[in-house]
Amino acid sequence: MASLFSKENRLAFTEPLSLNNPVLIQVLGICSALAVTAKLEPAIVMGLSVTVITAFANVIVSLIRKTIPNRIRIIIQLVVVAALVTIVSMTLKAFAYDVSVQLSVYIGLIITNCILMGRLEAFAMTNGPWQSFLDGVGSGLGYAWILVVVGAVRELFGNGTLLGFNVIPQAAYEAGYVNNGMMTMPAMSMIILGCIVWAHKAYVSKKTK
Amino acid sequence: MKLNTNSNIYTVVYAAVVVVVVAFLLAFVSTALKSKSDANVENDTKKQILASLGQRNVADADVEATWDKYIVADLVVDTAGNIVNEGKEKDQAGFRINRRDIKPENNALPVFVATVEGQTKYVLPLTGKGLWGPVWGYLAVDADGQTVFGAFFNHESETAGLGAEIKADYFQEQFKGKKLEDAATGDVLTVVKNGKVEKPQTQADGISGATLTGNGVAAMLADGVNMYRPYLQKLNP
Repeated sequence: MASLFSKENRLAFTEPLSLNNPVLIQVLGICSALAVTAKLEPAIVMGLSVTVITAFANVIVSLIRKTIPNRIRIIIQLVVVAALVTIVSMTLKAFAYDVSVQLSVYIGLIITNCILMGRLEAFAMTNGPWQSFLDGVGSGLGYAWILVVVGAVRELFGNGTLLGFNVIPQAAYEAGYVNNGMMTMPAMSMIILGCIVWAHKAYVSKKTK
Repeated sequence: MKLNTNSNIYTVVYAAVVVVVVAFLLAFVSTALKSKSDANVENDTKKQILASLGQRNVADADVEATWDKYIVADLVVDTAGNIVNEGKEKDQAGFRINRRDIKPENNALPVFVATVEGQTKYVLPLTGKGLWGPVWGYLAVDADGQTVFGAFFNHESETAGLGAEIKADYFQEQFKGKKLEDAATGDVLTVVKNGKVEKPQTQADGISGATLTGNGVAAMLADGVNMYRPYLQKLNP
């Protein structure tokens, strides 16, 4: 078991969470990060789905990596991802219909998420299945926590709620507090994301000095 | 012998095999799960229709029982307002018509007849276009064919927090008691920009920041009322 969680393997999992975060450092998956963060709930669901799909796509591609012809490797990766996403979406439709309805739009977005392609191409094509699995989970979670933070900020200040529950007390509204409609606009997620990148860069550069 | 994974033949064969395997896999999963997901879709449709009758958040297990309790028939009418199919057999007539096929050219419009606390209500399905994708809804109308008893709207891909709010109860509740048409002025039931309601009889307040989705709902209401007008007029001659 020790080798399963060797230092190298732990790094494969922890690096994408912060030091090599797919959104903050690799600047991948920005487009979907902007699209689904108006509320907290879709952000969480999207983050989890991407985590699951990245992990399993990584494992599958890693298992067949030695047989994939070099010239069509991107196509094969895409086929694997698309098949996986379709199967997940059909399974959800049969066993968790409510979730699948909420996910309807995002499921399609997962296929085009560049984090998937990035991890498959950069990691799974050259590493073993277990390491690839850890890298997939790490990258997915690294993406998910950014979505959750942006989603929470936008929902809290844009609607005064979190996960649909009122958080800002009625008294605050009576005292003249108003929800910031700007927060629900897509542009604000860009600005919030920018602030997170800024804070993160400052933190990382201090740490590495 | 080591395979040359860069040769043309290997590449072509590999691609073909992968595609065939994936195709079989998807076809298998799809057929294996079809009956289950179809049942889910039907259940969900029933839930939405019940929501327009004020029966919101019905638990999955109770949908059938609630449906049988309230829904009396699923009629099919034509665009002239004549009843084509009485819909007396449970869920065999109007319920079988796909939401996408509800258009004047098909000349088969479903109407769900319900009894709520002894009063007859008619539920009309509506379809339209939002900002990003389809929107649809169910409008429950009193026996006079004019007064809205309740409404339910849903969407596929409207913006969360903005257009997606048409799904929220507070938006749908305000339709209660409104009129489909104001005979005197010729106004039809519609959605106006947030805060711009001037004729509360026929205008519903839109959602701030979601004017285009609101316009989509307004167009859907206008189309729906137009399509069902002959039938509604026969209800209350």
